[in-house]
Amino acid sequence: MDYFGDPAVWLPWSFAALMGLSILIYVVLDGFDLGVGLLMPLADDAEKDRLVASIGPFWDANETWLVLAVGLLLVAFPPAHGIILTALYLPVFVMLIGLILRGVSFEMRAKAPLAQKKLWNGAFFAGSLMASLSQGFMLGMYIMGLTWTLPHVGFALLTAVFLTVGYSFIGAAWLIWKTEDRLQARAIGWAKGGIWGLILGIGAISLATPFVSTRIFDKWFSWPEFAYLSPLPILSVGLVVFLWWQLSRMPLRNDRWSWTPFAAATGLFTLAYGGMAYSFYPYVVPETITIYEAASAPESLFIILLGTMFVLPAILGYTILSYYIFRGKARALRYD
Amino acid sequence: MDTLLLSRIQFGANISFHILFPTITIALGWMLLFFKVKFSTTGESKWMDAYMFWVKIFALSFAMGVVSGITMSFQFGTNWPGFMETVGNVAGPLLAYEIMTAFFLEAVFLGIMLFGASRVKSWVHTLATFLVAFGTTMSTFWIIVLNSWMHTPQGYELIDGVVHATNWFEIVFNPSMPYRFVHMMLASGLTVAFLIAGVSALRMLWGDRSESVKSALRVGIFTGAALIPLQILAGDFHGLNTLEYQPAKVAAMEGNWDTGPNVPLVLFALPDQDARENRFEVAIPNGASLILTHKMDGVVPGLNDFVGENGEVLHPPVAPVFFGFRIMVATGMAMLLLSWGGLVLLRKYGADSMPKLALYAFAGMSFSGWIATLAGWYTTEIGRQPWLVQGVLSTKDAVSDVPAGMVLSTLIGYLVIYGLLVLAYIGVITYLARKAARGEALPTRNFPRRGDSNVAALQPGE
Repeated sequence: MDYFGDPAVWLPWSFAALMGLSILIYVVLDGFDLGVGLLMPLADDAEKDRLVASIGPFWDANETWLVLAVGLLLVAFPPAHGIILTALYLPVFVMLIGLILRGVSFEMRAKAPLAQKKLWNGAFFAGSLMASLSQGFMLGMYIMGLTWTLPHVGFALLTAVFLTVGYSFIGAAWLIWKTEDRLQARAIGWAKGGIWGLILGIGAISLATPFVSTRIFDKWFSWPEFAYLSPLPILSVGLVVFLWWQLSRMPLRNDRWSWTPFAAATGLFTLAYGGMAYSFYPYVVPETITIYEAASAPESLFIILLGTMFVLPAILGYTILSYYIFRGKARALRYD
Repeated sequence: MDTLLLSRIQFGANISFHILFPTITIALGWMLLFFKVKFSTTGESKWMDAYMFWVKIFALSFAMGVVSGITMSFQFGTNWPGFMETVGNVAGPLLAYEIMTAFFLEAVFLGIMLFGASRVKSWVHTLATFLVAFGTTMSTFWIIVLNSWMHTPQGYELIDGVVHATNWFEIVFNPSMPYRFVHMMLASGLTVAFLIAGVSALRMLWGDRSESVKSALRVGIFTGAALIPLQILAGDFHGLNTLEYQPAKVAAMEGNWDTGPNVPLVLFALPDQDARENRFEVAIPNGASLILTHKMDGVVPGLNDFVGENGEVLHPPVAPVFFGFRIMVATGMAMLLLSWGGLVLLRKYGADSMPKLALYAFAGMSFSGWIATLAGWYTTEIGRQPWLVQGVLSTKDAVSDVPAGMVLSTLIGYLVIYGLLVLAYIGVITYLARKAARGEALPTRNFPRRGDSNVAALQPGE
C-alpha cells in the first residue's frame, strides 16, 4: 500500500479518477441511448422500432456505469455521497422515475398488446426526457455549488435544456452510424438540429464555471496554466467545426465516415468533461469537501482497488466484445 | 409522520418493488440455461419453445430489476447518509464487488443472450446464458453478505464511531450469511417454480396442449416439490441461527412476551404491544420450545427482556414481524401441499389430463413466491429494528434531515408508479400466456437460425 507514497493521498486520487472515468463513460454511453429515446417522437412507427433496436443490446450495460459511478462515490467518498444526494433529492427522484419508466417501456412496448404500444412509446420518451433534464439540472446545480437559490436554479434549468439537446445530438450521431438510407438521412437532420445544444451547453458551462469561484478562475486564467490548457478550447472548437462541415456533406457514398459524428461528439463530451474535472479538482463537493477529506479508510479503498484492477479490464473487454458482436447497422431485435 | 418513519416506508417500498424481479431472474436464469441445455442435448423443439416463451419474461423482469436497482443505489445517499458514513468501510467494498463482479457481467451478456442467438455460435449463446445466470447469483451473494453483516456484524473495529474492517473473511462469512443466502436462493427457486407451473396451468386452462407447456408444467411442479422441503429445513436452521444472534427478533416472531420454558407455538393472535400481551391467542402447548430448542421445556426468549429501565422499547415492533412470519410460513405450507399434491396428480393423470381444479390452484399460486419472499424479508428486516446494523448503528441515527413533506411526496410518487408497473407486469405475463395459448407463432420453430429472413412480421424485442 505504501509503494506509491502516502495511501491517504494516492488512493483517493485513484478513486476520483475511476469515478470520473465511470461518469464520463456513462454520459457518453447512456447519453446516446437517452438521446435515441428523446428522438422517438420525431420518428414514424417503423423507424421507432429501428431506433429501439439500435440500442437494445446495450442500454442495460450502459446504465450500469451510472450504478458504478454512484457506487464509487458511495464507497470511496461516503460523506460527499450523502451531501450531494440529499441536496439533489428532487432531481434525483425525477431521474430515477424517468429511468424506471424508460427501462420498463423498452420491454413493454414490444411485449404488451399492440393497442398499448403508443402508450409505452410515450412513456419511453417521457422517461428519457425526465432522466436527461434532471441530469442536466443536477450538473448545473453541482457547478453552482449545490445551493438552491433562484439564479442557481435558473442556471440549472438552462443546463438541463442544453444537456438534453446535447444528448439528443449524440443520439442522432449514434443513429447516423447505426442506421441507413432514409432513417440515416433523417438522423443527419436531427443532428444538425441538435448541435446548438452541445455548443451552448459547453459554452455556458465553460463561461459560468470560472466565475463561480476565484479559485477556479485562477486555475484557468494564470500563466503558464492558460497556455497548457489552451488545447482544450482549441480542440473543442475544432471538433465543432468538423462536425458542422461533416454533417453538411453527409451522407457520403458507401456510408463512408458514418462513425465520425459519433466519435467527434464523444470527443467533445470528453473535452468538456475534462475541463470540468480540472476546475473542480480536488473538491468532490464543490468548494466544501476535497476528495482527501471525504475518502473512506485506506484499507477499505485498497481492497476495492485490488478487485478493480482485475475486474475493470474484464468489464471493458466484454463490453467491447458486445459492441463487436452487434457491430454494423442495427437490425430488428429478435430473440432467435 | 416524521422523516424517519417516512424514509423507512420509502426504502421499504423501493426495496420491496426491487426484490420482486431479482427473485424471478435469479432462478429463471438457471431455468433458461436448463431449457437451453436440454434442447441442445435432446434436440426436442419443445425445450426451445419453453426457452423462447420464458426468455421474454426474463427480459422484462431483468429490465425492471435493473431500473429499480438503480433507485436503490441512490437511496443510501438521499435518505440514509448515516449508513455509509458509519459502516461505509465495510458496506462500500461489498457493494463495489457486487457492481463489478455481477452487474456488468449480467448486463453485458444479457444483450448477447437475448439478441445474439443469430449472431454468435450456439455454444457462445449458451455460455452467455450461463454467465447471466451466474451474474445474478453473484449479485445475490454479495448483497446477502452485506445484508447478513448488518444482522450479525463481525470482523470490524470502531474508531471514533466509524466502522473499520479488520478481517474480511469474518465479514464475508458472518454467522447468518450461509443461512440467509441458501434461504434466498431457494426462495427464488420456489418463486420461479410456482410461476412456471402457474402460467403453464393457465395456458392449459386456455386450451393450450402443446408439448412445451406440458413439459414446463412438469418442470415447475417437480422443482417446487423438490425445493419446498429443503426450504422448510433451511428456514428452520436460519431460525435457530437468529435465536442465537437476534433473540429479540425470534421473540417477536413467536409473539412470546416472557422468557421461560414450555413456550407454546402461537398459531394466531393479535399482539398488543401497549398491553404487552396477545389477544385471541390460539396456540399449541410447548410448540415454540420444541421447534426452537428441540426440547419440550427449552427456554425461549421473551420480548419483556428487551425493555430498557425507563421503559423504552428495545425490541422490534411486534405485530409486523409476528404476522410477516406467519404469512411466510402459511404460504410455504400451501406450496408444500400444492406441489406434492400436484406430483401425485401428475403420476395419476399425467400432464395432459390434470384435473381442472388443480390447474386453477396452480394458476392462483403463480405469484405465491412473491408473497412468501416479501413476508420473509419484512420479518427479518423489521425484526432487526431498532437497529440498522445490529448493535452498531440505530436506524434513527442514519436517516437524512430531508423535510418530511419531501419524503412523503416522493414516496407517493414511487408508490403510484410501482403500483401501475406491477399491474402492467402481471398484465403482460398474462397477455403473453394467452397469446402463446392461442398458438400464435413463437419465432422459434427452426432454431438455431441465421440471418434475418421474414423479420417484417415480428415486433422488435420479441
